[in-house]
Amino acid sequence: MQKRSLSFYLLAIFFGLFVLFLYGPMFAIFALSLQGEEGTLTFPMRGFSFYWLGQVFQEQRVGSFVESFQRSLILGLAVVLFSLIVSVLAGLAFRNRFKGANTLFYLTISSLIVPSVLVSLGIGIVFQVLGIPTNWFTSGFGAHMTWTVPFAFLIMLGIFNRFNPAYEEAAKDMGASDGQTFWAVVFPLILPSLIGIGLLTFTLSYDEFTRTSLVSGQDNTLPLEIFGMTTNVTSPALYALGTLTTLFSFALIAIALTAFQALSKRQQQ
Amino acid sequence: MTRTWKALQPYTLVTPQTLVFLLFLVFPILMILIVSFWDFNGYAMTPAFTLQNYIDIFTSQVSLKTYLNTFKYVILVWFFCLAIAFPVSYFLAFHVKNQKWQIILFLLCTVPFWTSNIIRMISWVPFLGKEGLVNQLLLGLNLVQEPVQWLLFSDFAVVLGMVHLYNFFMIGPIFNSLMRIDRNLITAAEDMGASGFQILKEVILPLASSGIAIGSIFVVTLVMGEFVTVRLMGGGQSASVGKLIATQIGSLQYPLAAANAVILLAVTLILVVGILRVVDIRKEL
Repeated sequence: MQKRSLSFYLLAIFFGLFVLFLYGPMFAIFALSLQGEEGTLTFPMRGFSFYWLGQVFQEQRVGSFVESFQRSLILGLAVVLFSLIVSVLAGLAFRNRFKGANTLFYLTISSLIVPSVLVSLGIGIVFQVLGIPTNWFTSGFGAHMTWTVPFAFLIMLGIFNRFNPAYEEAAKDMGASDGQTFWAVVFPLILPSLIGIGLLTFTLSYDEFTRTSLVSGQDNTLPLEIFGMTTNVTSPALYALGTLTTLFSFALIAIALTAFQALSKRQQQ
Repeated sequence: MTRTWKALQPYTLVTPQTLVFLLFLVFPILMILIVSFWDFNGYAMTPAFTLQNYIDIFTSQVSLKTYLNTFKYVILVWFFCLAIAFPVSYFLAFHVKNQKWQIILFLLCTVPFWTSNIIRMISWVPFLGKEGLVNQLLLGLNLVQEPVQWLLFSDFAVVLGMVHLYNFFMIGPIFNSLMRIDRNLITAAEDMGASGFQILKEVILPLASSGIAIGSIFVVTLVMGEFVTVRLMGGGQSASVGKLIATQIGSLQYPLAAANAVILLAVTLILVVGILRVVDIRKEL
């Protein structure tokens, strides 16, 4: 084995510090949310208990967290479903050249890089001018789609780039229709990636703040609810809520990665 | 019949995606443009054609300062994101030889991106607050006599928070472009006697430029429209165009907010075009 150079060790230390920078604060609030009843917002930890985690579900402490969680969940699932449909269809189309492909491609990219506050403001103004009240499942849904579809679409392009068209041609030669080819050949092959994309899309939606902020209407999604709490909740209950929702995200990511790995293994056999 | 279907097929397939962006991106931005010329009478907007909103912005010291402050954030955050992302991606791409570990460590860098931005901001409080860990440490070591105030609710905290949130957008593209570099090129350079630094400068950096450009576009546009971090981490002094727009909407001044948004969009586009002028990213896509 090649001897490791000095630069390896220096960069390894740098990398370690970076990971600490990324995760340190997060684990700090995990720890602080496990304090005893007399806990405060800062170190040192005062006691140890699950008191604050329980307090999250007490309405008077942090407001109606459960309802906003449900909203975010439903919205996230809807966004995943529609993002996947939209981007799979577009991904299929983009395997062939067609007029206007470039325009749509740049339109998609621009949706990603337009400052988020503009999307929110724009949709808000449209609803205002049309006289329709904004709502998390109408205007909020649209705002989320502008954020998730580009990601789903770009990953989909990458997947179809590596996709071997021979399988499909074989199916078509044997007389399969377009629909049959898709469901019997293409879909099973891209399924692991779809799970990955679905998960990524879900977390993007579940944690989205800026694009939703001006168009969620009367009822808040979870990130908006938490944002509201930062001004009036000054107990570790805030950290406890943060801990719970972060662990929820972690769990989803872990499940998806496991599913992804299992499915791609199955395909190699 | 089948021929027309073949010709129409791609258009049918892209219709949903086109509709999503027409309805929720193009149309809203056109409306922003239109409303930016409307009148505001103190509590509601009325259709009109007036340049007053723009004149107000360009003649106001406050908005000028806000724009300058936003640029300051953009430059600082961009610089620190790049300064962190390049060594990190370089380490992952060239020093971690085991592919499994490479994937695991890369995922480690990306997982926080999938969690809530708000929570990630809140989690700095126990560190940077007046009674936070940093101040406890500084006081304990007798480096300062009283708690340092500017750690939280300051421009420092805003920049720190944004670097913390957005470095993923720099690491992803740079790591991607580094992974595509043909390792034979590096071996060839080594064989011809190039030093490590020369390889970095002559081989790796030029080939990583498209990744750096894509990352820069992300970071610049994210910071330009940013207002959450500025709200949560910044003090009363911290201002950004995004926060200004959000405040104006809070007081229902839609036309003024729209005019600010148009300027923000124009400035962002100029920055993106500028980056694209310097680096051709098409080979990356």
